[in-house]
Amino acid sequence: MRKSTAFLLFTLGNAILLVLLLWSGRYASGEARAMREASRILVQKLQLTDLCLFTEARYTRHPSMADLHSAFQDHPLALEHFPSGSLAAPPRFHGERR
Amino acid sequence: MNRSVERHRNILDFALSSLLRRKGKNVSLWVMYTLVVFLIAAIVFYTHALKREAALILQGAPDIVVQKMVAGRHDLVPVGYAEKIAAIRGVTAVRPRLWGYYYDPIAGANYTLMASGDPPPGPGAADIGSGVARTLRVAEGDFIPIRAVAGAPTLFQVRKVLPYASELASSDLILLSEGDLRALFDFPHGFATDLALTVGNPAERATIAAKIAAQFPDSRPILNSEILRTYDSIFDWRGGMMVVMLGVAVFSFVIFAWDKATGLSAEERKEIGILKSVGWETGDVLLLKFWEGAVVSLAAFLCGVILAYVQVFFFSASLFEPALKGWAVLYPRFKLVPDVDPYQLAVLFFLTVVPYTVATIIPSWRAATVDPDAAMRS
Repeated sequence: MRKSTAFLLFTLGNAILLVLLLWSGRYASGEARAMREASRILVQKLQLTDLCLFTEARYTRHPSMADLHSAFQDHPLALEHFPSGSLAAPPRFHGERR
Repeated sequence: MNRSVERHRNILDFALSSLLRRKGKNVSLWVMYTLVVFLIAAIVFYTHALKREAALILQGAPDIVVQKMVAGRHDLVPVGYAEKIAAIRGVTAVRPRLWGYYYDPIAGANYTLMASGDPPPGPGAADIGSGVARTLRVAEGDFIPIRAVAGAPTLFQVRKVLPYASELASSDLILLSEGDLRALFDFPHGFATDLALTVGNPAERATIAAKIAAQFPDSRPILNSEILRTYDSIFDWRGGMMVVMLGVAVFSFVIFAWDKATGLSAEERKEIGILKSVGWETGDVLLLKFWEGAVVSLAAFLCGVILAYVQVFFFSASLFEPALKGWAVLYPRFKLVPDVDPYQLAVLFFLTVVPYTVATIIPSWRAATVDPDAAMRS
């Protein structure tokens, strides 16, 4: 087999695999969709406000409910304690200039 | 048409042979290139899917949450506020929410305690999230200890474990009866943590929030759209770690491109000289170098993107777990619904494949335009 044929087949195979993955993601993934639906129903029933992603600090557990100072709770120049604080930017609130 | 295709295929054959002659260097380059594409694609896929998940799940969050502020921090809100807020036109319901945090010194985990449920648990009973059940290794019917504000542990019987499927919203939840929660934390009667409002017309939310802020200057209304925007900003490309990781990946590309753009090795220069002396034209040499660049970058792009997709959507982004978990003991297990933005994929393609391929051609063009004799002797 020519090298170019092997490369083109390899590229075509990868491209088809990628398209299949993207397509299957749109129509399959039943478990993930069921999880989304179950979470959505629970949020509505219990009137929850945040996703349970980072549980290490209160302002990363409920970032939308945290006040702007909580990441610097000791003093305004205090270093952030928690690793997830480097992932979660402070929230923006009503009336704040954007 | 066929002649042109055949010409490209011949040059591609030659380009692949040329790459295989320097197998060690090119394979390691391809592996590193794939890893960089994988890293960028995985971050992009993960953050996009999480943002979408947050947007869909939190649609059911309260329309407005009203907190009371004291010296810049939120405080317990008097339930009396609820009656006055309920009288504002457009507000259909006001529900005081009673919730807080509890640090479990035995497991070292933080839980969210809430007086809620569907229906709420009775006195002495608790509904717990799957993450709490996993951390404490308890099941329905078992007892969990929670230390009250006075210091004495109180035992609660687990009435049910909240469905595993809802873990992204409920992993760390412990639902108790209102009486139990008030007794545990000595919560004063007539106060709640915050107020959850239902507003009939979504277009009126901002106006109602402004009215609340005017009527209660010590309050902070948080709109549902602000809750959703919080997750947009957390997983925005400018957010903390994200910008650092993307920056590192972009610098890696700059190094790749710089390595190619700063010139060719003596061997490559000699090869171009020989090709020109046996009759290759400058255009043919450039086509050869284009294919060399395209082979490496296209293969790395496709493999990197496929690996990133599998990692994020089939293995629940397990590689990112240590970074996301931080010091937390309790971490939810969840699966993301695959959702890839074609625009982001296109941007990724043009950021990774095009600059490298162009950077490969430029020095070759410079070498290909000099006299073959000089190129071979250099």
